[in-house]
Amino acid sequence: MSETEKTFGKKEKKLIASILFTMAGFLVAILENLLVPQFAIGVALEVYDLKIFGLNHNEAFRLILICLMAAYGLSGIFSFKSKKKAEEYIQKARFRFAMGIALGIWDYLGTKIKVLPQPFFPGPAEILTAFLSEGNYIFQNTLYSLRLYAGGFVGGVLLGVSTGILIGWFPKVKYWVEPVLKITGVIPAVAWMPFALTLFPTPYSAAVFLIVICAWFPIASLTKQGIESTPKSLFEASEILGSSTVYQVFHVAVPYAMPQIFTGISTANGFAFTTLVMAEMMGQPGGLGYYINASKVWSAYYKVFAAILVMAVLFSFITWLLNIVQRRVLRWQRGLIK
Amino acid sequence: MSEKRNVVLKMEHVGRTYRDEEKETEVLQSVDFSVRQGEFISIIGASGCGKTTLLRLIAGLDRPQKGRILLDGEEITKPSPKAGYIFQQGNLFQWLTVRQNIGFGLKAQHLYKEKKDKIDEYIRMVGLKGFEDVYPHQISGGMAQRVSIARSLICNPEILLLDEPMGALDSFTRADIQDKLLELKRENDITMILVTHDIDEAVYLSDRIVIMTPHPGKISEIVEVDLPKPRHRGSESFFELRRKFLERFEMATAQPQPEYII
Repeated sequence: MSETEKTFGKKEKKLIASILFTMAGFLVAILENLLVPQFAIGVALEVYDLKIFGLNHNEAFRLILICLMAAYGLSGIFSFKSKKKAEEYIQKARFRFAMGIALGIWDYLGTKIKVLPQPFFPGPAEILTAFLSEGNYIFQNTLYSLRLYAGGFVGGVLLGVSTGILIGWFPKVKYWVEPVLKITGVIPAVAWMPFALTLFPTPYSAAVFLIVICAWFPIASLTKQGIESTPKSLFEASEILGSSTVYQVFHVAVPYAMPQIFTGISTANGFAFTTLVMAEMMGQPGGLGYYINASKVWSAYYKVFAAILVMAVLFSFITWLLNIVQRRVLRWQRGLIK
Repeated sequence: MSEKRNVVLKMEHVGRTYRDEEKETEVLQSVDFSVRQGEFISIIGASGCGKTTLLRLIAGLDRPQKGRILLDGEEITKPSPKAGYIFQQGNLFQWLTVRQNIGFGLKAQHLYKEKKDKIDEYIRMVGLKGFEDVYPHQISGGMAQRVSIARSLICNPEILLLDEPMGALDSFTRADIQDKLLELKRENDITMILVTHDIDEAVYLSDRIVIMTPHPGKISEIVEVDLPKPRHRGSESFFELRRKFLERFEMATAQPQPEYII
């Protein structure tokens, strides 16, 4: 009894140490930003205040560091609840500490002494000036990207799944459509850009078309594979239980193919991000890709980094959402596949 | 059989030949056979004797080239819920829970709303209470076969066809399912046809046993099992009958001896 208590106490001590260790990394970055004056080889730089939310860019950077530190501190405290979470937290502590230190070093080299080549590699605080000065504009561009992505991806999923079902089910459709799918599918969707821009009435619909095309191929071919690999005995069983052909398609073949369909959807998701940004960079009146291009023209690389940051967050979020949907739909597989 | 009941299933000169590029194989040759309401028939025979083909023909999963098969006086042309079929290994829909698997036939026939209360009844009948909401990969092979049986019976079949359903199970589970089948048959008065290669199983369950021989597949003998019910696997008379049966079976399936010995 006392021995188990001892080992548990040991674990708790280790967790407390990990929390402090994690937070220390960010504390170092905060102190660095606060205490080191801004200068570049003898020349002190002016601190210009943007005063949106009453913050200048250094204050905004420190606020984010404080938020990160608090978030990791709190999640550490919640990790006391279960042994598994505690172990996970302890395991991640070194990486998080390094993240804090890295932010501090980046700030020192990029913003404070400016030894990194400028204006290509701004410090983290300077990237934040993009949000402080034109946060609204970035937000609008993000919404544009999101709208484009949603239209194209949803369209691609619908078109891909239905093509896949038709090819997988009807030999005649397979004969006529599968070769077309195989040939056009390997072409990167952005190659169609010149045609898309001339054939479609608006740039928006042209970009939606490109994303639909790029998502269509992997989803259609994997759906087809899934439908075709459905065991004959399952169709026999369902027929004996009184299913019509249509019922068999949607209640036997499609559910059986669902794991493959989702493999196609996650692949298509990655393709769609690429196509989205490329399309925006080449011929859209808005969107994060457009914002990157427009900022590059003015050598405002801190804005480019700001857009990249938004993309990282947005695309991770979309992928995370897709994973949740997938786990929900394929919950019958839990424990079946490791 | 104490009373002669009406004939449910009638096979008239049923023949089936498979062709591929090189040769023709006659799988079934002129099978004539009738099954009465409430009978338990076992079909046994060496592999390749066409017993599974015969069962698939009855189910409508395959069509005979010669002769015809009548179920309740109507010729079988396609699979229907009237002839339930139990596959060798469960053959459940992996993405549906036990309850949803059992309800599949009701949904497919648009009977779900009126008859969904029956699902619980059948779950209880096959002894799966407490496992309604688990998925097929979480249950054992024996339980999967029970789900499969309930899934067929809920559609009210005239006849239940069983294609070596206990072949992949251990002997305890096998005995358990056998007793379940007898219980279901007694309670619901279902006609059953079982394909098996296990003589004990055939003797324990059947009213009549059909012995088939291969090349070409045909019925060689139909034996009446006149042991009183309920039967006991360990009784003298059971062993006696089983021994006689084995001898008969060996004679029926004996291969001609080669003319020379090396």
